[in-house]
Amino acid sequence: MQQFFQALMSGLADGSIYASLALALVLIYKATEVINFAQGEMAMFTTYIAYALLTHPHFGHTLSYWPAFFVTLAIAFVFGVGLQRVVIKPLERASVLTVVMATIALLVILNGLAAWIWSPELKFFPSPFPTSTWVVGGVHISKQDTGTFGVTLACVAVLWLFFRFTKLGLAMRAGAVNPLAARLLGVRTSWLLALGWGFAAVLGAVSGMMSAPTNFLSPSMMQAVLIFAFAGAVLGGLESPVGAVAGGLGLGVLLSMLGTYVHPVTPELRLPVALLVLLVVLLIRPAGIFGRVVVRRV
Amino acid sequence: MRGRWGYAGFAVLVVAVVIAPLLSTNYRTFQLAFVGIYLIALLGLNILTGFTGQISLGHGAFMGIGAYVTTILVVDHGWNDLLTLPLAGIVAGLAGLAFGLPATRFAGPYLALATFAIPLSFIGLLKRFPHFTGGTLGKQLPTAQSQFGIHTNPSVWIYWVSWIVALVMFLLAFLIVRGRFGRALQSVRDSEIAATASGVSTAGVKTLAFGISAFFCGVGGGLFAIAVTYVNPDTFPIDLSILLLVGIVLGGAGSLSGMIFGALFVEFIRITWGPALLDLFSQVHHINTRAPGSSLVVYGVVLLLVLYVAPAGAAGLVRRVLTGKAAVAAWAKQGRAPAEDQV
Repeated sequence: MQQFFQALMSGLADGSIYASLALALVLIYKATEVINFAQGEMAMFTTYIAYALLTHPHFGHTLSYWPAFFVTLAIAFVFGVGLQRVVIKPLERASVLTVVMATIALLVILNGLAAWIWSPELKFFPSPFPTSTWVVGGVHISKQDTGTFGVTLACVAVLWLFFRFTKLGLAMRAGAVNPLAARLLGVRTSWLLALGWGFAAVLGAVSGMMSAPTNFLSPSMMQAVLIFAFAGAVLGGLESPVGAVAGGLGLGVLLSMLGTYVHPVTPELRLPVALLVLLVVLLIRPAGIFGRVVVRRV
Repeated sequence: MRGRWGYAGFAVLVVAVVIAPLLSTNYRTFQLAFVGIYLIALLGLNILTGFTGQISLGHGAFMGIGAYVTTILVVDHGWNDLLTLPLAGIVAGLAGLAFGLPATRFAGPYLALATFAIPLSFIGLLKRFPHFTGGTLGKQLPTAQSQFGIHTNPSVWIYWVSWIVALVMFLLAFLIVRGRFGRALQSVRDSEIAATASGVSTAGVKTLAFGISAFFCGVGGGLFAIAVTYVNPDTFPIDLSILLLVGIVLGGAGSLSGMIFGALFVEFIRITWGPALLDLFSQVHHINTRAPGSSLVVYGVVLLLVLYVAPAGAAGLVRRVLTGKAAVAAWAKQGRAPAEDQV
């Protein structure tokens, strides 16, 4: 039982990291039908920015963890909006495939830049949470896991409140559902897409900063996380933000349980298992668990 | 390859292949052998991406499968290295079919994201079964020896083997894309709805294209293993898969001859062209142009510029010069599906 709860908790912590990156993917996918392949590298790059804020003195002193965390989120937002304006906007009239290729170019550039600026060696990234555990009824609950889970879900919740209760959030949802009608009603859809990229970058930064303490900081740190996020998003349905979060969490718990109870599943098999989940979901229920089936008339 | 010009162009290619080693050092010849190897992989991936319009970010792993088949057969079972090549292609092709069967039922972005997981999963599998694959250490092959009574330098031997195979595969790709099946591929790329209405099984065609492209990559991978005489899980990273896709776009998706430029790019950008380009800038700003990651930045920027300026790649530019008309990349033509398609 103790083993079960520990596996559950560490699965939820991993899963919340996948969930926030999955939500970032869904935000952009819903608005433009483009999978942003650079999402993981954007997260990685902003985590390096947090690292720079924490370790290098700026204006005479370094920042402590939480100020650096929020400054990074602000930088990530500007970074995301900027990338959309500079790189993606000129391709507005191009096909989906061209835009996807552009995000792949971004992936390559950001990966190279991070290695160039900060060197490709693994770096230690601090965690705001202690490594100790709480003991509740004989079960050891890691403060690190609980903190990761709490911070990530808090960010997701703030974003949900924004979309649900603000006028701008409503406009963004309208722009995603029917861009043409939204534009006719006076919504500036092009800028809303940039805003979407900004929010996606913020979510990515959260997932990057939360995964770096356990996975270490390196230019390739988010590649596997991106695939888990993809698998989670597909599991929940690429069209559904709730589904993306649930799918990410579910995948995290599934992988943690398999790792604990099924011995042939060693850490090397986590990715192949995620790929298998992805293929099986696509085969059985292509729209995901929470997705709406899109019918194409032939 | 159209009509008389196409055959003339192929003849020029054959002549260039024969002359090139005579004008090159052994090291340069060895590099050119890799151009031939990448050409084989690009021709295959082009059938999937350029002609069928499906993006794959995982074909480096199919090269990896071919390379491991060749290595295991040569090292553990004592096969002649050249005889392993067809099998390397077939095993990779079957793996491609098995993967394509579920994955190609879905529209573009789903396939691309599923393929992104292949190279990373492949590395995980190689490490999980070390008694078969050699684990993280990989396996060492003997240096390729010239056969059939020919005595020559190993670099030159590898060059000839790769380019003869590459030319055969070039003709094979030409035969695949020009006939009835080729038109089915292009109809799927240009409009899936119109293709279905015309009686083309889109899922079947996409799966087959996936298998064929994996077959080409497997043959290329087998040659790659023979040439580098060493395979381990890091030989086929996700970067290679991305680089292959970049080679397709820069060469000109949907053009067979453009792949020759794509293959030159794949071989030379990382060690020769990228640093050379950066050196131009380093004279102005004092930056370390040999730092890790610098060549990645260069080729990412090149890719982005090509997408903006010449979406049809090198082949499109050549056509523009010859005909005076701008060519649009075959796969970029397909616009966003109109809203009426969705009910």
